[in-house]
Amino acid sequence: MSELTTGSAPAGSPPEYEPKIIGFLCNWCAYTAADLAGIARIKYPDNIRIVRVMCTGRVEPTFVLKALSAGADAVLVAGCHPGGCHYQEGNYKAYKRTLLLQNMLPQFGIEKERFRLEFVASSEGEKFARVVGEMVAKIKELGPLSGAGVRLAALDGFFTEKERIEGGVNLG
Amino acid sequence: MADKLKFAFYWNASCGGCEIAVLDINEKILDVAALADIVLWPVALDFKYHHVQALPDNSIDVSFINGSIRNSEQKEIVELLRQKSKVVVAFGSCAHLGGIPALANLRSRAEIFERAYRETPSTVNPENVLPQPRTRVAEGELELPVFFDHVYRLDEVIPVEYYVPGCPPTPKMIVEAVTAIAEGKLPPVGSVFGGTTTVCDSCRRTKEEKKVKAFHRIHEVEADPERCFLEQGIICAGPATRDGCGTLCLNANMPCRGCFGPPDGVADQGARLLSALATLVDSKDLDEIQGLIDQVVDPAGYFYRFGMSSSLLKHKVLRPEEAGAQQAETKAQVAAAGQEGRGAR
Repeated sequence: MSELTTGSAPAGSPPEYEPKIIGFLCNWCAYTAADLAGIARIKYPDNIRIVRVMCTGRVEPTFVLKALSAGADAVLVAGCHPGGCHYQEGNYKAYKRTLLLQNMLPQFGIEKERFRLEFVASSEGEKFARVVGEMVAKIKELGPLSGAGVRLAALDGFFTEKERIEGGVNLG
Repeated sequence: MADKLKFAFYWNASCGGCEIAVLDINEKILDVAALADIVLWPVALDFKYHHVQALPDNSIDVSFINGSIRNSEQKEIVELLRQKSKVVVAFGSCAHLGGIPALANLRSRAEIFERAYRETPSTVNPENVLPQPRTRVAEGELELPVFFDHVYRLDEVIPVEYYVPGCPPTPKMIVEAVTAIAEGKLPPVGSVFGGTTTVCDSCRRTKEEKKVKAFHRIHEVEADPERCFLEQGIICAGPATRDGCGTLCLNANMPCRGCFGPPDGVADQGARLLSALATLVDSKDLDEIQGLIDQVVDPAGYFYRFGMSSSLLKHKVLRPEEAGAQQAETKAQVAAAGQEGRGAR
């Protein structure tokens, strides 16, 4: 988890934990807001990797689970405010799926806070920066998801490394 | 007949329903018997593992293996069958996807042992005995298989050529699979016997507009036998499930439970069902939406009833300390079990 440090930690002290967050941003609102935050030179943590989608309604729950299982510590989905969707109701679909997914994740030992939906209008660069900042702070508090890494370590005890690599034991 | 085929049937973590399904092909079982010699079938015939060990490699034509892999004995036997077999068929939901036993992946091993050997009302265990792979008694040492941290589907443990889905597979599909083998008309390796699209495609219920104002569990309401379950607010796994079952449950006025797993092209059955279900909610009021979504109890259980081992998450995330302890324990057990050539029976 240490390869992502920004280099600001003094030499010798353990590097601070830097979460990896995947952000799915809708083309029309949240992505524009992120752009605006950049143009306005608003500072926010660089822990977020942004994926632009045409609409939050396009964000299948599969994307979120894939990100979490592949090593992301959290996922942010951000799109237009209710009533403001470019495609009428894509953001409502995202909202409904988010709530159901947030109800399910704790059953897998994943805190609700690791998956967040926010409505961010194209003019709200400030809000986008604030949401990312809050989220990074929250995930730092929760600690690493220990997604793929620790699960592998926990589960492969009976299988040798060779078997895991060659023998079809695929926990990825 | 000298060139009779050789079949093996084996069960792992399963309920026995797949074995009954084989017998459910009724008089066609006689055709199977005419077609093939059975070299291993623990549920029905008295063969020992050493009989299989004595066979030359690749001498079994087809091994039909049901059940998921929960312990070291199962892993060992399926590895043996793999070595002795030309073709391995993962038979039924548990071997194909993890099945019902894989729902245990929502718990750590410690929690499972705590519940099974200490907490259940019918358990009397004053000495707090938990299963140990090796136990010394006056007469010598006793051995038990190691209970894994995780429930695996068959193809996570050995390579598998074909999949016959279903809980249990339907007689029609079993006959189809056996016929394909007998006639040498096998599909490409990796194929799943069954349809390619969803159960909804073959469901004959009336489908109109999918908008609901309440979710129900099937026992809470009198379901209309003609109308789409989802439109009635009853959770049905049809949109996320492979067809080919002949809509047996739907014909009996029960919603699809998802035992055939995801259709072609779907990575995660549960996520697909979650997606379909959430968008049924007919509201634009954020609070009302929350209320409706909260009516879906036990989402992981519904969405991954049969497919936990095939899902993206696969297992409850263990806290680092939990994971470390569990790993150390398994390693110690494996080391202990491995001392004297584990499983030399």
